[in-house]
Amino acid sequence: MTSGLLFALVGVALFALGLAGLVLIGDVLRRILAFNLMGSGAFLVLVGLAQRNGVPDAVPQAMVLTGIVVAVAATALALALARRLDAQREGALPEDEDG
Amino acid sequence: MADPLVGLVLLPLGWATLAFVLGPGRGAWAALAGIAAQAWLAWLLAAQVGAGGTARHAVGGWGAPLGIDLAADGLSAALLLLTQWLALGVALYARSYFAAGDPARRYFWPLAGFLLAGLNALFVANDLFNLYVTLELVGLAAVGLVAAAGGERQIAAALRYLFAALAGSGLYLFGVALVYGVYGTVSIATLAPLITPEAPRLVWIAGGLMALGLVVKSALFPFHFWLPPAHGGAPAPVSALLSALVVKASFYLLLRLWLGPFAPLAPAAAWLPALLGAAAIFWGSWRAIRAERLKPLIAWSTVAQLGYLFLIFPLLAVPAAFGAGVMQVFAHALAKAALFAAAGVFIQATGQDTVAGLAGAAARLPVTLFAIGLAGMTLAGLPPSAGFLAKWQLIEAALALGHWPIAVVALAGGLMAAVYVFRVLRQAFCLAPAGAPVAAVPRALEWTAFALAAASVLLGFFGVDLMTLIEVRA
Repeated sequence: MTSGLLFALVGVALFALGLAGLVLIGDVLRRILAFNLMGSGAFLVLVGLAQRNGVPDAVPQAMVLTGIVVAVAATALALALARRLDAQREGALPEDEDG
Repeated sequence: MADPLVGLVLLPLGWATLAFVLGPGRGAWAALAGIAAQAWLAWLLAAQVGAGGTARHAVGGWGAPLGIDLAADGLSAALLLLTQWLALGVALYARSYFAAGDPARRYFWPLAGFLLAGLNALFVANDLFNLYVTLELVGLAAVGLVAAAGGERQIAAALRYLFAALAGSGLYLFGVALVYGVYGTVSIATLAPLITPEAPRLVWIAGGLMALGLVVKSALFPFHFWLPPAHGGAPAPVSALLSALVVKASFYLLLRLWLGPFAPLAPAAAWLPALLGAAAIFWGSWRAIRAERLKPLIAWSTVAQLGYLFLIFPLLAVPAAFGAGVMQVFAHALAKAALFAAAGVFIQATGQDTVAGLAGAAARLPVTLFAIGLAGMTLAGLPPSAGFLAKWQLIEAALALGHWPIAVVALAGGLMAAVYVFRVLRQAFCLAPAGAPVAAVPRALEWTAFALAAASVLLGFFGVDLMTLIEVRA
């Protein structure tokens, strides 16, 4: 087994764990973490599978960088929404705190 | 800006950023000017594609395989045309809809701009990974629009929508990673000759995961759970954009992959989407018939109407099926935008969102009611509307292949659509309870809703032109 294949298999496991978490967990913060786990799994597969004769391929690495940017943006949006939802449920923050 | 492909992606990014810099709630004029220019560019592009085949642009002068190519064939050009013109109608509506103090107005223009940029980029993207990025752009902007109203219910719906969208695009990305691992490319054009029925099992798994992700994002039954709260709870212009365009983006991608690179594998699974689509038609229509409130009724009708799109998959051997799918995308987009716009008029006029509260609408808001009637004609598939053409082609394709159950489902779905539309119309013709207050509504709202509904019917007369355009393939 090459190290690339090992990375890819770990990626598959992480993706499956993350997806299960995203679907099954109720808590918002843990779901956000699960989504990040899922993303990391996909990135590992992308980088791990794309080894040509032991030489790493640069294109998927560029893709993973783009993917990380997307994942960070999605995580930030999810956290902002979770925070706003929390605040509204507790009534601690007025609706227009940053308006 | 000479190239319409570039203009269609850059213009909305430009005015969205401008609207954001101008501050909360401002930038409506920049948006309207930008969308008008986009509508014109989309028209140019459709003429160019219709006359001379596909259009192509290498970003920054770096062509594929090293750089990124933008390309449009007939299907892309048609959807770009629909997106810009529908957005123009919704933008005119939104400018009058949001009163000065409305919290939902604050970020509407920037988010709508980013949404349009994402959609346009998706329609011209040409490789699996760029499609993933544009899919995420569309999803994040759409979630932002749902949350922008700021109520607890809307934010909960937005979070639910976000998680569904992220799961869907995550599955899609995982499939892309597997495809790259096998073939070392994500270009759709390069992949097309490589994938054969003898492809390794990994490619089958990848195709399945990508299709599953896209189906979750298109809200096909049983993955529709996120749609009614998100579309039913958002402000009317947002609901119109989401129901008309956003769910169609992932369907477009599914159709493109199904007919393109994955065509050799696709027939094996063709009946699964059709079965789920039939279930969506019955369940969505039933919930729409039972709905107490107006906007959830329209949102459930979206679940049902999306089902028709998936009925075409077992029939794709006949060209009429492809035409039926595209025609249904157009008909439903225009009719549903009109319905949500009309619902927004009623909410502003009566201050409530219930079907029962529509009593007396026929006398007070006749133009809006007429819009609901016209849009309902399209949803139920009465001639000469675009919805009729879509169902006609679908039934024709089903009978040509001997798959008559699909024709039965299409007809039954049209009947159920007529039931929930007539429920709304019947209530509107009841007498209003004495003393019920009706606020004045800007006339621009009524007439934009009417124009969208009229377009959904009149499109039926231009069906041949649309079918000729989408026949232009790469």
